[in-house]
Amino acid sequence: MNRIDKAVRLYFHYISINIRCAMQYKTSFFLTAAGQFLVSFTAFLGMFVLFQRFSRVEGFTYSEVLLCFAVMLMEFSLAEMFARGFDRFSGMVRTGEFDRVLVRPQNEIIQVLGSKFELTRFGRMLQAAVMFMYGITKSGIQWNFPKVLTVIFMLTGGTAVFFALFIIYAALCFFTLEGLEFMNIFTDGAREFGKYPVNVYGPKFLLFTTFIIPYALIQYYPLLYILGRRTEPFFPFLPLLACWFLVPALLFWKFGVRHYKSSGS
Amino acid sequence: MITMEHVCKSYKIAKRNAGFGEAVKALFHRDYEIIHALNDVSFTIRDGEMVGYIGPNGAGKSSTIKILSGILTPDCGTVLVDGRIPYKNRIKHVKEIGVVFGQRSQLWWDVPVIDSFELLKDIYSIPDPRYQQSLEELTELLNLAELLRSPARQLSLGQRMRCEIAASLLHRPRILFLDEPTIGLDAVSKLAVRDFILNQNKTHGTTVILTTHDMQDIEALASRIILIGKGRILMDGTLDDIKKGGGNIDETVAELYRAYDIQ
Repeated sequence: MNRIDKAVRLYFHYISINIRCAMQYKTSFFLTAAGQFLVSFTAFLGMFVLFQRFSRVEGFTYSEVLLCFAVMLMEFSLAEMFARGFDRFSGMVRTGEFDRVLVRPQNEIIQVLGSKFELTRFGRMLQAAVMFMYGITKSGIQWNFPKVLTVIFMLTGGTAVFFALFIIYAALCFFTLEGLEFMNIFTDGAREFGKYPVNVYGPKFLLFTTFIIPYALIQYYPLLYILGRRTEPFFPFLPLLACWFLVPALLFWKFGVRHYKSSGS
Repeated sequence: MITMEHVCKSYKIAKRNAGFGEAVKALFHRDYEIIHALNDVSFTIRDGEMVGYIGPNGAGKSSTIKILSGILTPDCGTVLVDGRIPYKNRIKHVKEIGVVFGQRSQLWWDVPVIDSFELLKDIYSIPDPRYQQSLEELTELLNLAELLRSPARQLSLGQRMRCEIAASLLHRPRILFLDEPTIGLDAVSKLAVRDFILNQNKTHGTTVILTTHDMQDIEALASRIILIGKGRILMDGTLDDIKKGGGNIDETVAELYRAYDIQ
């Protein structure tokens, strides 16, 4: 416990120093934060317009899809908030900056995540939180304890899945030295197609998202429970199952670190 | 104590000719060349020694430092530093070493240097009283009092290097690796850095391993010199062994490089 406590303290120390750095350039900070907010808000507008024409998608009403989108966005933003530092990771590997991480007596992932933290992520987080509240209130669901628990588990499991995807994205850099844009299909892309319950994309997709990359576990199945379409008592716990996805991601990361070749003199 | 026995390390490097067409071709078919950065390297360094590790560019100096500090895993051979295998017990190992990369900064660019130090205190989990003591000592010896409250980006290279060295010593490592610590420094800063390193070695018995192209560094600091070229140890002795005939040390070393054909 003490170790985790220390790691968390260190992470916040990193964030604090990042914020102190960013405050040196305040105009840039405020403009980007505002821009971020507007950009992600258009995503919501797009869906709103769509539902002006079609009121149902595969048997889900507007408010139900909105709830789905809101939860997915929240999960993504939570993971992004902590793990977006991996975006710059290819640069760290290519220039050999990662050397510095390896000569310090702390977990590599915490150091990498701490080394870069853009304040703009707060803007997106805020936007997600607003959408989340809106989605919850609009959904018209009779909330009870198991359903609230389901939402909490969805957020936990979802954050874990996206976090794992960010780790895989970073670990690939050990081998390619370049960031791989296609990985964004699974991260940013998932946020986009995750607006709709994944079964609208067909049964094969549902199978893939249940067993390979477990999006369905954090979105489709728990949603069915919340909407009262399934009532089996194990449904609320399915999102927690999605945390298994962290295991291969972390193993892959460890494998990558061993392959690290460094660079420069 | 540091021992390296029969250590090898090689890299695969892609090669191509200049030009856009060649770049496209290389996208599909690449010619690789294997570079043997280290080829059967063995040596032992005792506690408290100061060793100058010299050789021309690309000789394998940095690869050695990186293996000893746990960054790289060697292809073969055994490495032991105070009984630890650096690349296996990484976290335990790096607590006991300090590394200064002369060409890379570890300070945060936009905040005062003292903020970077405070973060290092957390990273190394240095207890409060010991941190204060180290900080005071380093501030005095390296003359940092004026610098600690300025952001790193506003320091001159010499000032920054003094801060870098302090940053690497806050946790009182037993072994200090210096990779070209005096590169680009003016005469005053160079002398200050050298004096400081000597002092650390004397008062704390810190083992120092130093790579440099500046032969005066070697003259001032190293009681023992290891010469490496093309991944092999060519010579391991004292400064006097190299000098023999006397005369300018730069010329002597250049002579040596030519004699071993390692330019």
